[in-house]
Amino acid sequence: MDGMLALYIFMLAAFTGYEIIAKVPVILHTPLMSGSNFIHGVVVVGAMVALGGAETLFEQAIGFFAVALGAANAAGGYVVTERMLAMFKKKEGA
Amino acid sequence: MMALPLYVQGAWFVGALLFIFGLKGMSSPASARRGIVWAGYGMLIAVAATFLIPGLQNLALMVLALVVGAAAAWISGKRVKMTDMPQMVAIYNGMGGGAAAAIAAIAFARGEAHGTVATTLAVLGALIGSVSFTGSCVAYAKLQGLLKKAHRLPAQNVVNVLLALAAVVLGGAMIVLAPAQPGLIYAFFAIALVLGLIVTLPIGGADMPVVISLFNAFTGLAVGFEGYVQGNPALIIAGIVVGAAGTLLTQLMAKAMNRPISNILFTPMVASGPGEAISGSMKELSGLDAAAMMRYASKVIIVPGYGMAVAHAQHKVWEMTSILEEAGVEVKFAIHPVAGRMPGHMNVLLAEAGVPYDKIFDLEEINGEFGQADVALIIGANDVVNPTARTDKSSPIYGMPILNADMAQNVIVIKRGKGTGYSGVENALFYTENCRMLYGDAQPMAGEIIQHLKAMG
Repeated sequence: MDGMLALYIFMLAAFTGYEIIAKVPVILHTPLMSGSNFIHGVVVVGAMVALGGAETLFEQAIGFFAVALGAANAAGGYVVTERMLAMFKKKEGA
Repeated sequence: MMALPLYVQGAWFVGALLFIFGLKGMSSPASARRGIVWAGYGMLIAVAATFLIPGLQNLALMVLALVVGAAAAWISGKRVKMTDMPQMVAIYNGMGGGAAAAIAAIAFARGEAHGTVATTLAVLGALIGSVSFTGSCVAYAKLQGLLKKAHRLPAQNVVNVLLALAAVVLGGAMIVLAPAQPGLIYAFFAIALVLGLIVTLPIGGADMPVVISLFNAFTGLAVGFEGYVQGNPALIIAGIVVGAAGTLLTQLMAKAMNRPISNILFTPMVASGPGEAISGSMKELSGLDAAAMMRYASKVIIVPGYGMAVAHAQHKVWEMTSILEEAGVEVKFAIHPVAGRMPGHMNVLLAEAGVPYDKIFDLEEINGEFGQADVALIIGANDVVNPTARTDKSSPIYGMPILNADMAQNVIVIKRGKGTGYSGVENALFYTENCRMLYGDAQPMAGEIIQHLKAMG
């Protein structure tokens, strides 16, 4: 990948992350941390690509490990975040 | 890396887009649920599209790994109690860091990181991913109660610095000598993994929220860097957005505790002397008097702390609140930013008990209102209402923003014993003239108050 282009992506993504979080009420900090934890679970895609190119037994073992961990990060992050957010209600029955 | 078909790249783009929309949605309580669902679809799309990459090997192994990892995490995530949420987030986060480090390991083994920039980022990602992996495992073990006390090595800071230096030197060697020999790669990963372990072991439970948040940011950065190595912009965007967001969250939290991040990592919290002498004595109160005081108040502010959650008293407290409200008393909840074991953790626990979020206020919103409150009811909180944080410069918690519960007409404290809080500092509030102590476990005590309130009608 073009190094300079990647640098621009890094910069814009960093600002995006900063701006999105800057105005979040404290009440949502825990679910948000958990939600951002889920989002970096996309590492599972990178792990799949790495395992998909693995050839030796060693590479396959590490790749398996990577995919399993990445999948756990994504699935676990989703479940706990969803559970927490489902509880936030404004008024009874609303 | 081979050129990817457009439909795979397009799907990854859609995934990244949904992540950002999802995260944006999560920044307001009303749209938060929708936000995580969108992000979830983004993840499904990104993973499904990855299977369509031509020439992908080890498919059976891949499906097995996905099923094993996802199923284990799904089940544990469904079962975990809300009080145990922080350690669950920590362990999932550590797994992400481990995955990022493992991706780097494969890239090194296959000599796939070409050029100085890619190699450098691969090394950096591997380092912080590894630290996040073992560090998060330690954080999990501590919060879960598997590791009871803080383990401090003699000359801990020296060991930390030496290990970090060793990791940087080995990492540097991998960049200069690329492609690195297997021996060098093993040594680098071993040191990086040990570093995470050693740095996290001495950190105390009270500082854990900040540490978890910091490792969350670390994993994000590691994922972003490995995304560059693999030429996958979706990973870069998701990783860096989380890295930046996590860094900001960590700063907000450290500020709320008045503990710079460097302090948390390098110095344990200790009382720096006896502090100012506190005059007066703690005065006890009966459950009946407490009930009467609140029943005939016009405004009550409840300050819940982690002690309430440990006692599983939040449902009783909400029941008590409902009775008071029916009797015409205005009740609000005041939450300190670091109440609980994670910022905002207390809000989650109250939400679980059914407390609507428009009754819950954070420090800046509510602090001006304590002056008009007839009763401040403190349940299982200590350091966050200690007025010495405002006045006593020798106190280790001096400067920490606190809830001004002492400004209320009357203060009632439900507390198990006479001990000090997490910081080990005596609480001057408990000795003031308008403060009364209600000794006992929060849950039966709240139950007793409810009985008295019902009797009063």
